[in-house]
Amino acid sequence: MVEEEQKWDDEIKPQNGLLSLRLKEVWKYRDLLVLFVRRDFVAEYKQTILGPLWYIIQPIFTAYTYYLVLHRMGNMETDGIPPFLFYIAGLTIWTYFAGCLTKTSDTFIANANIFGKVYFPRLIVPLSIIVSNLIKFGLQFILFLAFLGYFSYVDNGFAFEFRWQLLLLPLPIILIAGLSFAMGILISSLTTKYRDLKFALTFGVQLLMFASAVIISFNSVSEEFRAVLRWNPIANVVELFKSIMIGHSPIDWNGVLYSSVVLFVLLFLGIVIFNKTEKTFMDTV
Amino acid sequence: MGVAIKIENLSKQYRLGVIGTGTISHDLNRFVAKLRGKEDPFLKVGEVNDRSVKGGSNLVWALKDLNFEVKEGEILGVIGKNGAGKSTLLKVLSKVTGPTTGSIKVKGRIASLLEVGTGFHPELTGRENVFLNGAILGMTKAEIASKLDEIVEFSGCAKYIDTPVKRYSSGMMVRLGFSVAAHLEPEILIVDEVLAVGDAEFQKKAIEKMKNVAGTGRTILFVSHNMVAINNLCERAIMLDKGEIVANGKTSEIVDLYLHGEKDEVPSFGLVSKSRKRNQYHKDLVYITRVDLFNSSKKKVDILKFHEKSFFEIEVDSVKSLDDVILMIGFMNDDHDKITYSASNDGFNQKVINITKGINKFNVELEQQLIPGNYSMFVGILDKAGYSYDSLTYFGQVNIERFGDNNEKYYWDRPLGLVNPKSKIIKI
Repeated sequence: MVEEEQKWDDEIKPQNGLLSLRLKEVWKYRDLLVLFVRRDFVAEYKQTILGPLWYIIQPIFTAYTYYLVLHRMGNMETDGIPPFLFYIAGLTIWTYFAGCLTKTSDTFIANANIFGKVYFPRLIVPLSIIVSNLIKFGLQFILFLAFLGYFSYVDNGFAFEFRWQLLLLPLPIILIAGLSFAMGILISSLTTKYRDLKFALTFGVQLLMFASAVIISFNSVSEEFRAVLRWNPIANVVELFKSIMIGHSPIDWNGVLYSSVVLFVLLFLGIVIFNKTEKTFMDTV
Repeated sequence: MGVAIKIENLSKQYRLGVIGTGTISHDLNRFVAKLRGKEDPFLKVGEVNDRSVKGGSNLVWALKDLNFEVKEGEILGVIGKNGAGKSTLLKVLSKVTGPTTGSIKVKGRIASLLEVGTGFHPELTGRENVFLNGAILGMTKAEIASKLDEIVEFSGCAKYIDTPVKRYSSGMMVRLGFSVAAHLEPEILIVDEVLAVGDAEFQKKAIEKMKNVAGTGRTILFVSHNMVAINNLCERAIMLDKGEIVANGKTSEIVDLYLHGEKDEVPSFGLVSKSRKRNQYHKDLVYITRVDLFNSSKKKVDILKFHEKSFFEIEVDSVKSLDDVILMIGFMNDDHDKITYSASNDGFNQKVINITKGINKFNVELEQQLIPGNYSMFVGILDKAGYSYDSLTYFGQVNIERFGDNNEKYYWDRPLGLVNPKSKIIKI
């Protein structure tokens, strides 16, 4: 009998290609991504009175706390920008990063019960987290714009102007989404085996905030500390965001370039390790 | 019809005990071995997965060298004891976890039902969960929307569809989950015991639905401990034991084998489980997978008349082609003594037998001369020198009746032996 050459739609093998993201498959499951985003929103604030208002309350109170502690009590400089506005600018972009990172880095463990029963492209989960946090970021960005308007209106030496730099706004957002995604899938892959990372991450994120120029600016710190900040890819992006929005200092293109390079390296590593883990994590988680 | 699933040399290894201790050193060892282009050092120590016996190594093969195909439109049952590797097989098939070695080739979209209601969120309403669950199972939003009414109606939860599922009873939740799954339309469906949900009425409905789905030409892999359901739904079944396929054939036969395997008695003719005790000098090359007995009118039997001509059909599964083998078949008495035999290399035949890779079938015509009573068989495939590739003993209970061809009665009260050679006695 002549064996007929058959066309197979799929082949299950011990290992995936190292770099294959199977984006075509992810695209096929786009409806699931949308539903996951929706689930995150609906589920999070069900049975709360204020609902999504919490997205707005959180940054206001945090920024106000920093204003009281750092500016009023600690007399810290904010490059001539109204301190509250300065803090809320940094917090808006930082919250996006921290939210994405903490949730994506939990991808495998938090979804072990679903992943153990059904296959769908695992990348859908971290991607949906990036998207749902982007919506939260959108809300908080609108809040930030409101304060930007308010502080320009109240005369205290700060005025918002339309500069060409505003066109660059998508850049820091893409960079921060990419960085948190890359770091998140990297950490989530490693935590399936080494749970220590989970503990390290929780306070790591808190500490990282202080090294990410969220409540300080590159100009307001000593030369040595600034050198440290430059090594932090997040700090460069936060600084870029603030430079674009409130113009406290000119854009540092070297920093932007450095962050982009780090993003690509982390993304490469993250995808390789995620692909490796995806196949076997159910046996180790 | 084409092949929907082709499984080749599929194995899956699990590590026993606490995972986390020594994993870094294991990982480093693996990494070094990989860099030097060597085999994974931890893959060699695996042993057969027998859960009741504590092994020396902490690595076991949950699946070992599986090879089989599922044709398009076929409903294949998978049975086996707890721990046989059924769930692992389904997990690998549904891509939840990757195989350790081997590959599975698939034609068409696979949907797997290892659990109903996967991903249900308690805070979301029934309707929202139908969409979420459907999407997780691989449906698009439009597909779900077009079937929403059907799904809701089938589940019988129409009244509560806009209530958060945390207010549902567990039965309602399961019914809703099954309804979503039942309305999937993949080319290949993998089902793991999900029929065992809901009350009797719903179970009946569920089996009906499965039958309907099966009727539409879809390929289904069905795992269950429910032999009635397996017998009802599947034409073909495979039986797993300790991670290996021990039998593969018609459902009714496999189910028989499975049920008889539980009891301790001489196995009858038919399929022989690969897990049966065998004598193999050359290990794991050849397996005798089936022995059937036919009487002189070519009917499948386990009773022969006195001096009745018998025909055996022997099926042999071989890993590779072998030249010059000997096929031997014989009878044993109740005390396990070999009484008489015939072989392909003895005076009558003197034939060289070659075995090809895969399934080989042999026909043996045998003029037995046994004294009435109960006997069992021994069958063997040996090499030229008489060392066994595979031999089965104490297999296939045969009963020789107390009358011969012409039905003349003869009473064997005090037989003087066990073999009765044909003779012609004439006075001269």
